[in-house]
Amino acid sequence: MSETPHAWRDRHGTGAAVKADAVSAWFVREILPLEAILMDYLHRNWQNPSEIADLRQDVYARVFEAARAEVPDHPKRFLLTTARNLLIDRVRREHVVPIEAVADLESLGLALDSPGPDRVLMARDELRRLQAALDRLPPRCREAVILGHVEGLSGNEIALRMGVTKFTVSEHLAKGVRLLTDMLYGEEPRKP
Amino acid sequence: MSGAGEMKAQAPRDEIEARAAEFLQRRRFWGWSAEDDAALESWLSQSVLNRVAYLRLEAGLDRIERLAALAPAESKQARAPLLPMMLRIAAVLGVVALAGAAAANYFLRPHDRVFSTPLGGHETVSFADGSEIELNTATSLRARMTTEERIVWLDRGEAFFHIKHDPLHPFVVMVGDHRVTDLGTEFLVRRSPRKLEVTVVQGQVSLDTPDGLSRSHAVLLTPGDVATASAGKVSVATATTRDLANELSWRHGVLVFDNATLGDAAAEFNRYNREKLIVSDPAAASMTIVGTFRTSDMILFAHAARDALGLSIAAKGDDIVISSRH
Repeated sequence: MSETPHAWRDRHGTGAAVKADAVSAWFVREILPLEAILMDYLHRNWQNPSEIADLRQDVYARVFEAARAEVPDHPKRFLLTTARNLLIDRVRREHVVPIEAVADLESLGLALDSPGPDRVLMARDELRRLQAALDRLPPRCREAVILGHVEGLSGNEIALRMGVTKFTVSEHLAKGVRLLTDMLYGEEPRKP
Repeated sequence: MSGAGEMKAQAPRDEIEARAAEFLQRRRFWGWSAEDDAALESWLSQSVLNRVAYLRLEAGLDRIERLAALAPAESKQARAPLLPMMLRIAAVLGVVALAGAAAANYFLRPHDRVFSTPLGGHETVSFADGSEIELNTATSLRARMTTEERIVWLDRGEAFFHIKHDPLHPFVVMVGDHRVTDLGTEFLVRRSPRKLEVTVVQGQVSLDTPDGLSRSHAVLLTPGDVATASAGKVSVATATTRDLANELSWRHGVLVFDNATLGDAAAEFNRYNREKLIVSDPAAASMTIVGTFRTSDMILFAHAARDALGLSIAAKGDDIVISSRH
């Protein structure tokens, strides 16, 4: 499992490299838009909220590994089945909760084979989401994110404008992309 | 087999995400060297946990930038101080109360709606008056459709307009300084960095364009006319029915090439896909091809070019390079 397939070392070769990049593209296109559903599933079925983000990452790693061998036909079903199996493994190992606590996928009432959430939300709703997400950033982090991503300033220009070091700007921007990704991908859009 | 969470001695998730975010912001906002690229590649190949964390945050960053791009172009060129900038964002988001009464004229009013499509996207928007607008790839527009006025600002990209004509309430498309007024029913507007193209399918359209002397002059366009406006000049050509059908083929998710050069065809594909087709030499770029492809079938197209024209293809990162054989 820790063996790196040749295709991954030779990213700039032909043939195999296209296949490897195709898995990445598939992952971004089909799996990431389901993150809010995955997070909801994990929250319902795992008692310790502080472990949810770690579980999400492990589910993604398993899905990605599996897709390298063969890209699943039903991304949503595959993602949630993987999540369930991971939770069952963890439960068996840690003896923390009875296995029954891991709900069957079907009992969640999810239409597993229906398409994922609309990939093209109306832009206004998406903009509202971005505004709401920006509002929840720490103030200095928000300032750096707006100068960089909205106003299109470079790192050096942001540092000058904010009167802080480049290092601090880097920290703000790195933190910003993490927090915004959690909000934009991991949370269901609130209904207007 | 063990769970991914207990694979060897893995760095904790928080550390992995911090590293991925650090790579991403450096690549986006600071200098990025070949050494940086090598360091990233090496880190990505160390663990699939690293790779999924990076892919996820990269997609998040793309999404932030795509949303940020929806703010009207004027607000970004202004390089204004931070506070007014935030007010402008608030206005774009329809949070009008925040913006106050002193809003500039490009502020959205309550009735304004913003629509956009990502790279490769295709969406149809219907309005209460029966009009429809089809947005092609990477397109963003604002619409003000009220009982008094019907105005659409095409901020970027391409859209096909199917308009219920109403002589009392003309339908207007604003593209930068240019104004396209519907006097009939169906037309296509495409905005690219340096020029504007208006193609009329049915009815009549009037194109007003500033002539640099603070006056504007109007050109009346009829079916088959393709007007190209750039740097204050407007030229009008006539398209055949077949040209028109090809021009509009994206509405059916395909690209039709009728003796198009490889260079032009690659440019068309690149409007729809994040991975790019690169034609590396002029000899290859000037070869012509005939065929119909789905907008996402870039790889099929590359194979067709290789097989039919005897060119060679190679992957370069996410991109495909087409070149003459030597």
